[in-house]
Amino acid sequence: MPQASLSLRAFVVSAFIFVVFVLVWHMATRGAGTGIAMDPEYAKLMGTTATQGKSAMPGPLDVGAKLIEHLAHPFYDRGPNDKGLGIQLAFSMARVAAGYGLAVLFAIPLGFLIGMSPLMSRALDPFIQVMKPVSPLAWMPLALYTIKDSSLSAIFVIFICSLWPMLVNTAFGVMSVRKEWLNVAKTLEVGAWRRAWTVILPAAAPTIFTGMRISIGIAWLVIVAAEMLVGGTGIGYFVWNEWNNLSITNVIIAILTIGVVGMLLDQLLARAARAVTFPE
Amino acid sequence: MSNRFISIEGIARRFPSAQGKGVTIFEDLWLTVGRGEFVCVIGHSGCGKSTVLNVLSGLDKPDEGVVLIDEKEITGPGLDRAVIFQSHALLPWKTALGNVAYAVSSRWPDLSRSEVNERAMRAIQLVGLGHAADRKPAELSGGMKQRVGIARALSIDPKILLMDEPFSALDALTRGTLQDEVRRICRSTGQTVFMITHDVDEAMYLADKIVLMTNGPQAMIAEIVQNPLPVDRKREDVHRHDAFYPLRNHLIDFLVTRSGTFKNDVPANFDRKRPPVVVPGAPTSVIPFPREQLASA
Repeated sequence: MPQASLSLRAFVVSAFIFVVFVLVWHMATRGAGTGIAMDPEYAKLMGTTATQGKSAMPGPLDVGAKLIEHLAHPFYDRGPNDKGLGIQLAFSMARVAAGYGLAVLFAIPLGFLIGMSPLMSRALDPFIQVMKPVSPLAWMPLALYTIKDSSLSAIFVIFICSLWPMLVNTAFGVMSVRKEWLNVAKTLEVGAWRRAWTVILPAAAPTIFTGMRISIGIAWLVIVAAEMLVGGTGIGYFVWNEWNNLSITNVIIAILTIGVVGMLLDQLLARAARAVTFPE
Repeated sequence: MSNRFISIEGIARRFPSAQGKGVTIFEDLWLTVGRGEFVCVIGHSGCGKSTVLNVLSGLDKPDEGVVLIDEKEITGPGLDRAVIFQSHALLPWKTALGNVAYAVSSRWPDLSRSEVNERAMRAIQLVGLGHAADRKPAELSGGMKQRVGIARALSIDPKILLMDEPFSALDALTRGTLQDEVRRICRSTGQTVFMITHDVDEAMYLADKIVLMTNGPQAMIAEIVQNPLPVDRKREDVHRHDAFYPLRNHLIDFLVTRSGTFKNDVPANFDRKRPPVVVPGAPTSVIPFPREQLASA
């Protein structure tokens, strides 16, 4: 039998792991059937967890059914505490887009400045070194106090957390542009602006995109936590709200959704990075 | 006038060293190159020959002295001089044509896009790469990359072509072909060329004048060898010429021994401004060097 391609074999193994996982999950959360003997009226009040020993954890079938329900109606809106998953995701993505977009506009020019000027590089280094390791959520109270708007504060937190990887990578990319390429531009009397656009930007683009990819990952991690704090809308708020509703099924669905969206965002930037990467 | 097209006048270059005292690469260096001349500088690595070229290109500044080109002092890099880099230095995200077009549009910013591409294409065809114009540098062989580098340099119609060991990274066969092409192009256009090399045969085949530099630090120009080989020399029979081996032996002798010993044994009448001109294979090997002879050389 000829060897199947690696990707096909990998897919088979993935599918196998998935099936095993779902089966184990199903078995583990199935009702054990050994209920405690009690008055039927009381048993009605107690629910299946107490009467049949069924786990409070939803099984894969419950989650699957709920997921289909969500996918069928992603955009319903029945008041502040009951919105479709699609609406919640759209809120989160809009916040990430705003904060991340602002960070791009800020970090790339500043990174260029740091990369091109040894003076600015040295002068700004201590600030970057101190600010970079701060958890973005630590900014939240300060943002809430100064901005006085919870939704804008979440955007600010996304901005702050996306900033550093892009800034550091842009500066590094600009700093490590090959000297010979700069010399080519110099001998051709290319002006500073044209040099930045035609030599430094394309040369540093792969490194800049690496920073942007790290940033989008962090931003998507942070938005969930930020929305749990600020509340109101968004996938992070959805998770917290469903926890308060004790709907573990919805929490699991939210976890899945967050993972899939995060993966898509990462793939998007990986593709963009590949488009600007040049072979040497 | 034309014999002093490039005039290097007493330049010095020093680099700071770990001990705090600067290292003098060279000082009080004088050299003139005539219009249309092909000059090769040979010397060992570290003698500062690349630094001389960088000063000429404007990428490096001398600590003392000046360089005049066509009577004007150079103050920085300029489009009147084109550099062919040892490492070809092509921008890898641009195609061959794009790399040349970049130079053309820098030289003539007012040209339309189609005029730029037309000029660039002409330069690419001059080096025989018309079929590969749309390829990226990564898809070109080493020789083809350097051809693009040559096309880029020629595309801006430079007064002076500066070449820093342009063929040293290539295999012998490719190197030979490229030398032929460079010689053909430069001879047909009367291009003034200043080239750095450590390949004796390359210098003999290409150059009108070969400048011999002693080992660094504190390198100096020991002498200038006038190439006795006929101007219409061909690669295939140049080694049969009577002057071939005298010239080759003279250059090799210099590189092997005199480049190191010259400094301790400088002739009494040696003048840094007018190093002796030597024609190996000629009846009298060392000819005296009054100014008038330089002018007629």
